[in-house]
Amino acid sequence: MLDVLAEPFTYPFMLRGMLAAILAGALCGGIGVYIILKRMAYIGHGLAHAVLGGAVVSFVMSFNFLIGSTVWGFLCAQVITLTTKKRKIAYDAAIGVVTTASFAVGIVLISRYKGFTRDFETALFGNITGVTAGDLVALAVVTGAVALVLFVAYKHFLFTTFDGDVAQFYGVPTGWVEAMFSLVLAGTIVVSLQVLGVLLIAGATVIPPVSARMLTDSFPRMLLLSAAIGAVCGFLGIYLSYFVDVSSGATIVLVEATVFGGVMVYANLRSRLAAIRQRETHTAPAAPPADPGTARPPEAIKTEGD
Amino acid sequence: MLHPLPHQHQTGAPLVEINGLSCGYEKQKVLDQVDLQIMRGDFVGLLGPSGSGKTTLLRAMLGAVDVYEGEVLVEGARASEKRPRIGYVPQLETIDWNFPVTVRQVVMMGRTMENRLFPWFRKEEKELADRMMSQLGILHLAGRHIRQLSGGQQQRAFLARALVSSPSLLLLDEPTSGVDVKTRDDVMHLLHDLNHEGVTIVITTHEINAVAVHLPRLAVLHSYNGAGRVLAEGTPYDVITSEILYQTYGAEMPVIHYEGMPIVAESPHRYGGGNGRTGAVAEEDHSVSGHSHSHA
Repeated sequence: MLDVLAEPFTYPFMLRGMLAAILAGALCGGIGVYIILKRMAYIGHGLAHAVLGGAVVSFVMSFNFLIGSTVWGFLCAQVITLTTKKRKIAYDAAIGVVTTASFAVGIVLISRYKGFTRDFETALFGNITGVTAGDLVALAVVTGAVALVLFVAYKHFLFTTFDGDVAQFYGVPTGWVEAMFSLVLAGTIVVSLQVLGVLLIAGATVIPPVSARMLTDSFPRMLLLSAAIGAVCGFLGIYLSYFVDVSSGATIVLVEATVFGGVMVYANLRSRLAAIRQRETHTAPAAPPADPGTARPPEAIKTEGD
Repeated sequence: MLHPLPHQHQTGAPLVEINGLSCGYEKQKVLDQVDLQIMRGDFVGLLGPSGSGKTTLLRAMLGAVDVYEGEVLVEGARASEKRPRIGYVPQLETIDWNFPVTVRQVVMMGRTMENRLFPWFRKEEKELADRMMSQLGILHLAGRHIRQLSGGQQQRAFLARALVSSPSLLLLDEPTSGVDVKTRDDVMHLLHDLNHEGVTIVITTHEINAVAVHLPRLAVLHSYNGAGRVLAEGTPYDVITSEILYQTYGAEMPVIHYEGMPIVAESPHRYGGGNGRTGAVAEEDHSVSGHSHSHA
């Protein structure tokens, strides 16, 4: 039995896949906290599509995929931000316009240059078994860089995410913080594509932070919890996908969705129990009842006319 | 009166100097030809109808508007130059109350740019935040989520955030909006206390009787040709008059005086018999003054 359970660990490609899933899960979970709190849940979904355009352009131009796609994703995020700031267009509408246009660029180029067809499927659904040592290094480097940025600029990111308008009045360089966030987000999506794919990456950036939010009211705790949930679900997802023999990216997202369901049930039960306890505290008698023989009714309030 | 001590209105160079300011957003003018001076130790209320540019005037002091003409100087410096610190307290309605932050975390945000190269706050900064929360009576709530506070406590938390940056000027956007009478009273007492300690304060308000008349100085804004202008400036006694209120709000608002304090009399609503205007009532009631400077 133990041999069967340990079997996935005996294959180097599975070990690489598991490490990649843990890193991508933690990375998307951590970045997802800012995405959720900025109320831009669909930026992950949109940018993943946009990045595909960058990936194909990089492929056609024989340019480094990681750098080309990250720069492309960063530019798309900047265009979205600029569009919403300069014109009265809602954030979700701007995401829809810019990212689908970028995705369409990718599709047009794929239909023109057939060589990308096989990679296209990987880009859409992810291929964890195909993670190379190079992919793993890229993932580790980006995870380290993102963690460093979020740590060093923690105060600035927190204030800007909480209230960017007011943060700017307090001298916080919110423009730089937003630009840095766009870069970090683009990098996260590019290196996570191999694990999760374009279509499933939104799940990894949304489900862990939403689950973590239900468990805590503290920002730093939410950040750590979300990254931890992402990492654990990443590991469990790929581990289970080995035995069930189904898509690893989809399994990771399904595990995250299950965790979300469990956390929601737990949070509901917790708040109901708290309400019951509060009711009991309020209705509990303040002192033991007096001896009926000696108890006196409270004196009536006397008025002038009595 | 709410403020028992005389306010320390200092002479010398003004802290804020607004000269012929026309400003707005995206080429749309919101304020036109505004002149205003705020001295150190002042406590100024910006009064006016919605859309008259009260919040924009606050934002102009913060350097967060497009200036088309004129200038805003804070301690003699323009927005593009190095300026003294300004504490800003936004309207509570604009806060995301579901954001996962505790009171202490909110207060510490006010120190974000003080020690900018380090990701953590120094011990002295944490002690300063604790002192400020203690002074405002919310230290025991420091670990609570901001949603778990009452309206007055929430206002104090954001006031503490503004004060920990040791600002030269404190700006508050409608600090008493949407709170109950007791909280409003608490907040105004607190602001008067801070002002007596030397903090220069500018607030916007819609509440004439409950807030504006208790302030030492008011600037009344009104909308003229689609842009806000300062119509009158001075003590409540000088600017809360039927004439100025009529020009500001476009409605007759009888003013009575009680112990030297102007009060805008609310007339009863009337249904089915016209618009319920109060001209006749005002004329009949001898305690109601249609003009300023006539005490009841």
